[in-house]
Amino acid sequence: MTVIRPDRRHLLLAGGALALSGCDGLVRNAQAQCTVKKAEQVSKRTQRALARDALAPEYEEKDISKDFRANGSVDPSAAEYRALKANDFRDYQLIVDGLVETPLALSLAELRGLPSRTQITKHDCVEGWTSIGKWKGARLSAVLNRARLKPEAKFVVFHCFDALDQTEDGERYYTSVDIREAYHEQTILAYEMNDEILPIKHGAPIRLRLERQLGYKMAKYIKRIEAVESFAHIGRGKGGYWEDRGYEWYAGI
Amino acid sequence: MTRPDRPLGPDRVATWRHPWPVRLTHWVNVICLVFLLMTGLQILKAHPHLYWGLDSTFDDAWISFGTIPGWLTLPGYRDLAAGRNWHFFFAWIFVANGMLYLLYILFSGRLARMMEPSREELAHIPDSVVEHAKLKFPEGEAARTYNVIQKLTYLVVLLILLPMMLVTGLGMSPMMNAAIPELLPILGGRQSARTLHFIAAMGITAFAVVHVLLVFLSGPLNNLRSMVTGWYVIRTEPEPSEETSDDRDPS
Repeated sequence: MTVIRPDRRHLLLAGGALALSGCDGLVRNAQAQCTVKKAEQVSKRTQRALARDALAPEYEEKDISKDFRANGSVDPSAAEYRALKANDFRDYQLIVDGLVETPLALSLAELRGLPSRTQITKHDCVEGWTSIGKWKGARLSAVLNRARLKPEAKFVVFHCFDALDQTEDGERYYTSVDIREAYHEQTILAYEMNDEILPIKHGAPIRLRLERQLGYKMAKYIKRIEAVESFAHIGRGKGGYWEDRGYEWYAGI
Repeated sequence: MTRPDRPLGPDRVATWRHPWPVRLTHWVNVICLVFLLMTGLQILKAHPHLYWGLDSTFDDAWISFGTIPGWLTLPGYRDLAAGRNWHFFFAWIFVANGMLYLLYILFSGRLARMMEPSREELAHIPDSVVEHAKLKFPEGEAARTYNVIQKLTYLVVLLILLPMMLVTGLGMSPMMNAAIPELLPILGGRQSARTLHFIAAMGITAFAVVHVLLVFLSGPLNNLRSMVTGWYVIRTEPEPSEETSDDRDPS
């Protein structure tokens, strides 16, 4: 009637025990992982609808962190990178290709000649820490405008010099953003940090600043920018080095 | 939403306590909170240090955890990516479920009827504290409603701690920092938001431990039954006997 009969009682207790021991099995289940991953799209759509083109908060000189942490690669071992570094990146050229009308090879001097932006922003690492730094760089929109994106370009992929395993033929770091985020006002290719030339450990000669997402989207040691319609054919197809390893492509949360 | 009592014998009566929206959202919340806590500890494990303020001053964390054991985290092994994916999935369910619950208690009048303490009750908080400390639980007609400590605790958890989880969680999202720039200054900065998220989670965990403990001390099956079927059994004429169990099946 209104009360639990003993058999139902045992069923409840057994169900509870099963649920607890099943949690870990569940999170390992591939089908379940696939379902859970769908929340990323909900977060992306909701947050973007709320944020639109709003700027990430900017801070003052006094807020700059004294010990901005360098994460991931801090000194790429690739031979081509070491050669460029030995010559203070005077021979460096940023390649811009893929779905563009005018492929580019920009020297650092040419990059510095493009419309720039300076911003003091916070850097939130996926691990949980935060550092604040001042960045100056060429606006990515200016670079893309000069290369003239083809209409079918949907994403911009950043190919980097560094391999996190520090081997010559290791998987190189890469990540991608969509056109909307690429054209955001604060999205810059930084060549200066805290009023000095971008240090090696923070991604010299240029790194991406994507202020409304987490640190792993802000590729360091950028070698080449490729405009694509889809990133399915690159790496393992998830749009980035960490994305290929289970991290969200949309890192706004 | 209330139903008439059902007599179950000379001195026992089943009272209608939890309508289905309350029961459903309660159990969905239990599942969400278990997953959120354990995946949250997985996320904390990636940098098990907490700070106050805007940024991480790596040498003065106010608290550092050496190791967080695998049995406390989901997945049981180190996997920040999976921990995050599961955390945000259940965060969405937690928010939708919580919204439904809050709307329900607001518009059904349950909030005012069952959880708002009267002036008289507030005056008797010390007595209620003493009774709780002695593990003496209200019986008879007094068990028909929540006592004042219960009311206040539920209000703090439902209206402060659980919403604080959401607000501090959103405060850690860089895209939300752009969308709602007022949020971080209110919380005291990104690292304060992370710290407050942890403190609120510990507050909810402490509540859950005491809540389950009290459920077991005050008649586990009667309490569980009421959160499964909706009916809570009380004695109509409490006897001053040794017997305090309400667990026997009255049918």
